[in-house]
Amino acid sequence: MPDWSKEIRELVGGLNLSPAREAEVSEELAQHLADRYEEALARGASEEEACRVAASELESPQLAVSLSRVLPPERPAPTSGQDSPGSFAASVWRDLAHGLRLLRLDPGFAIAAVLSLALGIGANTAIFQLLDTVILRPLPVKEPGRLAKVKIVGNSHGRSGNFSANHPDITSFIWEGLEKEQAGFSRIGAWSSERLNLAPGGEARYVDVLWVSGGFFGALGVEPRAGRLLSADDDRKGCGSPGLVVSDGFWRREFGGRGSAVGSSVAVEGHPFEILGVAPSSFFGVEVGKGFDIALPLCYEPVIHDDRPRTTNRSGWWLAVVGRLKPGWTLERASAQLASISPGIFEATVPADYDATRQKYYKGFKLGALPGATGWSSLRDDYSSPLTLLLAISGLVLLIACANLANLMLARSAARQREIAVRLALGASRGRLIRQLLAESLVLAGIGAAFGAAMAQALTRVLVAALDTEASPLFVDLHPDWRLLAFTAALAAATCVLFGLAPAFQATRSEPVDALKTGGRGITGSLARLSIRRALVVSQVSLSLVLLVGALLFVRTFRNLTRVDPGFRQEHVVLSTLDLSPLRLPGDARIEFKRRLLERIRAIPGVESAASSRLFPVGGSFWNEEVFVPGVPAADHSANYNTVSPGYFRTLQMRFLAGRDFDDNDRAGSPRVAIVTEAFARRFFFGGNPIGKSFAEKGDGGRLDRTYEIVGLVKDAKYGDLREEFTPIVFLPEAQDEKPRPFARIVIRSSEPPEAILPAVTRAVGEINSRIVLSSRAMQSAIAEGLLIERLMASLSGFFGALAAILAMIGLYSVMSFMVVRRRNEIGVRMALGADRRDILGMMLREAAILVAIGLAIGSLLAVAAATTARTLLYGLQPSDPATLALAAAGLTIVALSSSLLPAHRAATIDPIQALHEE
Amino acid sequence: MRHIAAAGFDRELKKGSTELAVLSLLERRPRHGYEICKLIEERSEGAMTLNVASLYPLLYRLEQRDLIKGRWVEKAGQRRRRYYRLTAAGRRMLAERRSVWRDFVEAINRITAADHA
Repeated sequence: MPDWSKEIRELVGGLNLSPAREAEVSEELAQHLADRYEEALARGASEEEACRVAASELESPQLAVSLSRVLPPERPAPTSGQDSPGSFAASVWRDLAHGLRLLRLDPGFAIAAVLSLALGIGANTAIFQLLDTVILRPLPVKEPGRLAKVKIVGNSHGRSGNFSANHPDITSFIWEGLEKEQAGFSRIGAWSSERLNLAPGGEARYVDVLWVSGGFFGALGVEPRAGRLLSADDDRKGCGSPGLVVSDGFWRREFGGRGSAVGSSVAVEGHPFEILGVAPSSFFGVEVGKGFDIALPLCYEPVIHDDRPRTTNRSGWWLAVVGRLKPGWTLERASAQLASISPGIFEATVPADYDATRQKYYKGFKLGALPGATGWSSLRDDYSSPLTLLLAISGLVLLIACANLANLMLARSAARQREIAVRLALGASRGRLIRQLLAESLVLAGIGAAFGAAMAQALTRVLVAALDTEASPLFVDLHPDWRLLAFTAALAAATCVLFGLAPAFQATRSEPVDALKTGGRGITGSLARLSIRRALVVSQVSLSLVLLVGALLFVRTFRNLTRVDPGFRQEHVVLSTLDLSPLRLPGDARIEFKRRLLERIRAIPGVESAASSRLFPVGGSFWNEEVFVPGVPAADHSANYNTVSPGYFRTLQMRFLAGRDFDDNDRAGSPRVAIVTEAFARRFFFGGNPIGKSFAEKGDGGRLDRTYEIVGLVKDAKYGDLREEFTPIVFLPEAQDEKPRPFARIVIRSSEPPEAILPAVTRAVGEINSRIVLSSRAMQSAIAEGLLIERLMASLSGFFGALAAILAMIGLYSVMSFMVVRRRNEIGVRMALGADRRDILGMMLREAAILVAIGLAIGSLLAVAAATTARTLLYGLQPSDPATLALAAAGLTIVALSSSLLPAHRAATIDPIQALHEE
Repeated sequence: MRHIAAAGFDRELKKGSTELAVLSLLERRPRHGYEICKLIEERSEGAMTLNVASLYPLLYRLEQRDLIKGRWVEKAGQRRRRYYRLTAAGRRMLAERRSVWRDFVEAINRITAADHA
């Protein structure tokens, strides 16, 4: 019989069908022609005639056209693969278009790949964006690279006195000398920040205030948006007419962005100021993570703080300094100049209340210039290590996602083995094919990065909202900058190489002849491919274990902190801060006023008890002194202090172990008394009963002239924050306070939930005097805010850990499924030789268990090493906590083995006859 | 009589007749391409012939539209052949096409009868 296969191949080959489809169509048409031929012969035609009849069927010019219309090409035409003439860009573009087309043909794969990449890249970008804004980004001012911070460099030990603001680098006296004598800066300015009240009375309305010297805006090179900014004329000794500058945000919020705002008046702590101008919208000050609402000239500080001004206090540390280097000056040269003027400045500004030792230290201080481009940030200290760690964690998640994708790509390249072999046989260079396979990965990575970047914008906002609290508002500029774009692009490129390169190399490695011979079921390549895929699963399991261990450690840290016994009961307690300064009470009247205030609050229905104190427990503020007990040598003399009114311990339910509470007899003029904690008794009395004993502290002159008799002993309580060990605490009666402050911090215990009691407290305080400024909140939520970083770490690492486990599960599942398909014949043979289904199931699960076990072993080592670097973020457990490690490993094992159960079951239910038949 | 748009006549006649013929032949049992080809030739007594160029594109199109489904069948002593059978959708389509065809033929009959009167 004549052979028409050549003609048919010519016809069908032009249609670019998949190899399988092409073979089917050819076979069917050949069959038809053979039937036609045989029929013609049967009718009595000669062989030649029959041949012509059959061949005529193919002659219709319509055939190719109508076939190509009906059968859409399943893959692009296999080009020889050699670089055709044309520019490199055009060929790259062709590769990308080719990649896109391939992905369109397999939407399931494309969606899975893009989704996992978008999740990974999105999480990384979001965290990087926070890291960028908080840590890396320079201030949005003119030439930030020329800015410098000026502060005491080297040993600044021995500074003491009154520290206020976030960056108390120098005093007003040092600033005066520095501004006059420095030579390295064309413009230089001092600044400080605090929150001041704009409300005349009642509920406080705090705004962020930036105290600035006359040269501050000039040094930064900021131009006004409207009106003018503050200059040297506004910051003279004694000051001129009171004026201030508002931020763009404040201007929009309070004045709707109207130009008429300039020239109108704002009252700060009851003092009227004229608005001179509006700062540009990009300018948030020099403190990253904090915005400002109004900027006041330094010379008004004594007016606002008439009670104890910082400006006139030689030991009042509250200013930071920013300077713009003169052209040609470097930081080193400026530092050298500052060092040369330092002795004169410090000699002239020694605080009078320093003792001889401190004075000696003080006179030895040296000023220096440090890089100032990125501004100041307390966020940087708080968040840089958690954020860096989170970035590492999300990086690991992305790595696991890449491993998964590499796995999927390997499976795809196995399926395309024959196509690749054909191209290699047709003369394509390996590099050209790798480029084309990488183009497909690049398309995926690009789309993933685009979605990831969009997702990151939303994620970052969620993160910032989580970090932005009532007590410490967070102001960050989240506009994407080139750094963020570069990071995302680099991430996309890296992921593309990570998940695309190995499969691309692998796919082009096998010999074309072998691949063609085995009819698309390349055996040679598949073993190597399987071992790569096994290695990928092992690495996925080990990285997932690292993430799970991390997540568990952070979750347990958070739980430990929320369960720690602080020594007092925070439930049903309201904390109220009352600013009495608008009342202008003289010092001695303040104590009596607070006593009346407490009486009124205690009379509110539902209030069980109330007391006042100087500091709230676990409020983040500190006050400590050195304590001396006659005849007792202590290694560490320091103790934390607080002043409290009678009823304080009852209100916080702190337990008395011995002695008594303060009462109305402990007043100014009566013998000085104190209540101490167990830790105090341990440090200074070696655990003995301290009641009736006394201790001394240094007075203003530096002599031990203040003696206190201990009248009560209470159980240990946390002082500054929940993480600390119990420290010795001294409680002094508020009535014996020699310098009562014009504010009151009141703790209120009620039988009702805090929300129910808050309005009554506000009303009661308003009835006493409507000018008192009040802010209240539940103690529990105030303390919970202090655990912000821990909460963030626990929830984010938990989320990433779960994501990693899911990804690892998918990875293991796909490898096991692949293995089952590859080993169908082998399994068939085993079953034919007598292995029963249980044996096969066991064999497959053993395979999975070995991979998981290797992964867990490597992962455990990595996890312990990783956790050790994060030791400072943990509380109440060790980085190598065996229970955590065991729990994470057990969890991952269950997840991993259950994900391989389905493929294993599939292997065990293979029909051996069918499996053998397929070969 | 069901109303048929005038434009429908022409289109149905051209495109539908071959499709209808193929679908009808597959109603009772699955057949392979050459068998379909032969049956159409025989039953139309040579009035309708199909070749590779007209039959296979049509079969593939019907298969793509899920009206028929092809499957390779090996019978003892024969080369394997691809047999096509009607799908459920194909069955519905066949019923529809048939009634359209009957309406069409009736209409033509009535017209031609009127001419004779």
